[in-house]
Amino acid sequence: MDVSAQHDASSNGGNVGEIMQAIAEHKGCGTTGGSGKASCGSQAGQGDLPTEIWEKVKNHPCYSEEAHHHYARMHVAVAPACNIQCNYCNRKYDCANESRPGVVSEKLTPEQAAKKVLAVASTIPQMTVLGIAGPGDPLANPEKTFKTFELIYNTAPDIKLCLSTNGLMLPDHVDTIAKYNVDHVTITINMVDPEIGAKIYPWIFYKHKRYTGYEAAKILTDRQLQGLEMLTERGILCKVNSVMIPGINDQHLVEVNKAVKSRGAFLHNIMPLISAPEHGTVFGLNGQRGPSAQELKALQDSCEGEMNMMRHCRQCRADAVGLLGEDRSAEFTTEKIMAMEVKYDADTRKAYQEKVEEERIAKVAAKQEELAELAGKSSDIKVLAAVATKGSGLINEHFGHAKEFQVYELSTAGAKFVGHRRVDLYCQGGYGEEDSLETIIRAINDCHAVFVAKIGGCPKGDLVKAGIEPVDQYAHEFIEKSAIAWFKAYLDKVNSGEVEHVERGDAAIRQGALISAA
Amino acid sequence: MPFKIIASQCTSCSACEPECPNVAIREKGGTFVIDPKKCTECLGHFDEPQCVAVCPVDNTCVIDTSLPRYQAPA
Repeated sequence: MDVSAQHDASSNGGNVGEIMQAIAEHKGCGTTGGSGKASCGSQAGQGDLPTEIWEKVKNHPCYSEEAHHHYARMHVAVAPACNIQCNYCNRKYDCANESRPGVVSEKLTPEQAAKKVLAVASTIPQMTVLGIAGPGDPLANPEKTFKTFELIYNTAPDIKLCLSTNGLMLPDHVDTIAKYNVDHVTITINMVDPEIGAKIYPWIFYKHKRYTGYEAAKILTDRQLQGLEMLTERGILCKVNSVMIPGINDQHLVEVNKAVKSRGAFLHNIMPLISAPEHGTVFGLNGQRGPSAQELKALQDSCEGEMNMMRHCRQCRADAVGLLGEDRSAEFTTEKIMAMEVKYDADTRKAYQEKVEEERIAKVAAKQEELAELAGKSSDIKVLAAVATKGSGLINEHFGHAKEFQVYELSTAGAKFVGHRRVDLYCQGGYGEEDSLETIIRAINDCHAVFVAKIGGCPKGDLVKAGIEPVDQYAHEFIEKSAIAWFKAYLDKVNSGEVEHVERGDAAIRQGALISAA
Repeated sequence: MPFKIIASQCTSCSACEPECPNVAIREKGGTFVIDPKKCTECLGHFDEPQCVAVCPVDNTCVIDTSLPRYQAPA
């Protein structure tokens, strides 16, 4: 945000400038990191966040790591058209077993979408957020997008609205976005240097003309940054998504991080490139690789000193439904929705969400207690631990049923959420398959331990052989509290010489499909 | 010669529909079609045919060579 804009905002009698300043100064939306800073994600309370901001993020699973254990979101696919071409995107193929942005099973009209939202909100009371993310670009389909927002704004005002855009048309729509109270906007910004942009975007369609190369990327970056500034001037929270493409923009994303932070972005989400030949994207076909888990984490860590980093993004489909790690879209097809009697019950939703808040507070209290005991320890050791969870911040998933593992970094500063790893369903049809177990071990190979509610004897043995300790003694307990307790015991064993601390290797980020059947 | 959309390549994204200055494009049977009677190849409107420029799949909006070229009214 430029100085004059900040001045304008405050001279209008608002305190937007003040709030934006507070956002810019606030760091770390994850759990408490090594620097010991308080942050929105580390507490059930608002920590050091201004109240206005806390109210916006506290039950938004994408904007608060802590909230994503408890609250669900949904996307409605009302926006099929796009106005730019990205080398990591190919919208031609739809497969129900595929989880990546730009992919959906069916398009919806705004009216169908509004009914779907009410149906889902009634079935899943912790669903607090409705996003429009495509499968094209919401702002390349402004009538459909804003009609949907209008319908939901009028019938279910408690649902938070958000949208995700490539930013090309953003400056033209900022006022409409503000009008419908859309208070979360995500812009995908992969570069601020058109030379780099030309390697990512073959063309854009702008003002009735197709632009290519440097010129296209220059228009795109100018419009993205202008849109970001306009949104933050109005106090709308902005998240910036960036796709990490090794060899193309991986180093450059540090510059992007600085550019978006200086313009008031609230959160930066660096995601790994998804590229497999079967996706039919330019990058998939030309063999462009995605980053490894270690490369991704190193980049996220290097940007974290600058601003909040999102590490819990699941790169979900434009029609995803449920908690971030799950996809319940198959339960809500248009056919099923249209047959449903939908009664929107705001009171039941409110009561349910109050219970969720109690759960959250209990979880944080448990963690604080355990942390207090860690206070006397001092050690440079940091280890990663994988956790099998179904949500609510509990270790409540069977090893064999886990579709993903959440990864926490454990140190004397506490347990910090640093990512997640998608894995195949290991246990299908009641028996495990060796190949799948190998896939899991590759996905969590950088972890010292894996926390599960239950695990069979065979995989247990193989994990131990691979150097990963299976831990089932904290079944159905809080993740962070248990992880800290385990880490404390680990440090004690290292100090007494019972175990020798060794560094783990790198891990793979799985490129394949999320299998939604379970 | 008006433009036509090769149905087997159309992703049905609808991007072309609002761009057509002649309102010649509509959805039909899951993909989009151009009404050859309405298509003017964007002559007089824009420098390039809008459906071609916005279509995400190359060589999907193409000249229909089986029909005569568009003649601007005198």
